[in-house]
Amino acid sequence: MSKVMVVTSGKGGVGKTTSCASLGAALAQAGRNVVVVDFDVGLRNLDLVMGAERRVVFDLVNVVQGDAKLPQALIRDKRIDTLSLLPASQTRDKDALTEEGVGRVIDELREKFDWIVCDSPAGIDKGATLAMRFADLAVVVANPEVSSVRDSDRIIGLLDSKTRRAESGEAMEKHLLLTRLDAARAARGEMMKVEDVLEVLAIPLLGTVAESPDVLTASNLGCPITLHSPTSPAARAYTAAARKLLGETVTVTPAREKRGFMSLLFGKKAVLQ
Amino acid sequence: MLSEAISLPNIQVRGRSFVALIVAPEAPLEFWFEALDAHMARSAGFFAGQPVVAELSALTLGDVGETAVLEALDGLVARGLRVIGVEGIDEALIAGTRWQGLPVIKRGRDVAPESSFAQAPSKAATPAAPARSAPPSLLIDQPVRSGQSVIFKEGDVVIVGSVASGAEVIAGGSIHVYGPLRGRAIAGVKRGAPARIFCRKLEAELVAVEGVYKTADHWGAEVHGRPAQVHRDGDGLIVSAFD
Repeated sequence: MSKVMVVTSGKGGVGKTTSCASLGAALAQAGRNVVVVDFDVGLRNLDLVMGAERRVVFDLVNVVQGDAKLPQALIRDKRIDTLSLLPASQTRDKDALTEEGVGRVIDELREKFDWIVCDSPAGIDKGATLAMRFADLAVVVANPEVSSVRDSDRIIGLLDSKTRRAESGEAMEKHLLLTRLDAARAARGEMMKVEDVLEVLAIPLLGTVAESPDVLTASNLGCPITLHSPTSPAARAYTAAARKLLGETVTVTPAREKRGFMSLLFGKKAVLQ
Repeated sequence: MLSEAISLPNIQVRGRSFVALIVAPEAPLEFWFEALDAHMARSAGFFAGQPVVAELSALTLGDVGETAVLEALDGLVARGLRVIGVEGIDEALIAGTRWQGLPVIKRGRDVAPESSFAQAPSKAATPAAPARSAPPSLLIDQPVRSGQSVIFKEGDVVIVGSVASGAEVIAGGSIHVYGPLRGRAIAGVKRGAPARIFCRKLEAELVAVEGVYKTADHWGAEVHGRPAQVHRDGDGLIVSAFD
């Protein structure tokens, strides 16, 4: 049974594309046949994060409009052969997608892959609603800040009303992935705490990923972090999240900042005062 | 000639069925009124403003005496019940008394309780008189998410869950939120000032009852985040914490 999973958030810049690439790679590393699909037509990024930007010939819009066949547009990853990418078009806009066309492409992908991971554009307009339309489950990516959390709440509402699954009365499985966590700032009260976010959004927590330069480096090198530095805390978090999606019981360990010698010293000093 | 009297309004007479409370005093009256007094003491507002029909057939049986009918009516009115008619007696019994002119209602159909409705579907073609239905309410047992609107102008809205920042709930009557209220709650669109807003945790952006609103700035930190209710006080709006 193939699964269609949308990675969505409402707000931009929270880490959707990075999370999509990392979760996709982690699922593929676990032996599943995975395709990551970029729905951000006009502002595509997933090809860059996957390191496939020079290999794009045909894209999602071409396939949706029938100008190319699906196998022509799929790009197989050079590092893991069970991972593929269906890129978005950079020159078109989101109106080039039709619901009927997207549905047809998703059906075709279901025959070839175990996991179809859809990278949703930010916002709540056509691109985002089409990305979630055919999903079986959703990963809602949020940062621990009020604007991101409220936008995620809005997206959860849409997931529960505008998807095929919701419209046919079935429950939509939703998971929360909290990214760019900064434990030190949260402790100082400058960011929301994980509990507070969970209290507002009221969906199960899939995992937490700490803010880390490793993630940015991996993205800039065009390599998902689970491939680039598999032992880094962020890669471990994504791998654990992927295993959880596969139905394994994984205890979620909250992301923590690695504390340097100086911060330990200052931390202690603060306690002594 | 009437036909020349042009432009007289066309009078339309319509039938309409109402629900009245039926009380049936029984002999001996002193005991019956004692029981009624006890009942009214327990629920003072039970008969308030409700039309009452006195079903007096039990008082015409046996050797109770004709004055019992008059005593019963006197007793009911003395207790503040609004007797709009009698049934089960002959009109002659109240002729010439102060109760003369009170309509003697031909026995109507009692409204069956809902449970017996289910057991015995009525075979008669006559439609059942409408039971005195409670005001409608809407129950939502999932969180109201940001950007969603719950609009229910017919009555109360009960939400088991939270109302997110950026969500709104608009109710004809009261709003009950068994969870944090972080968005907007607008109550009393139909019922007006008596409507209230209740929530487990008040973190709302705006609350309003029948056009009078307050935003989070208006209530202090001592109410914020606590179980609270919002109700009208004249032209004002009171936001107060429970406990």
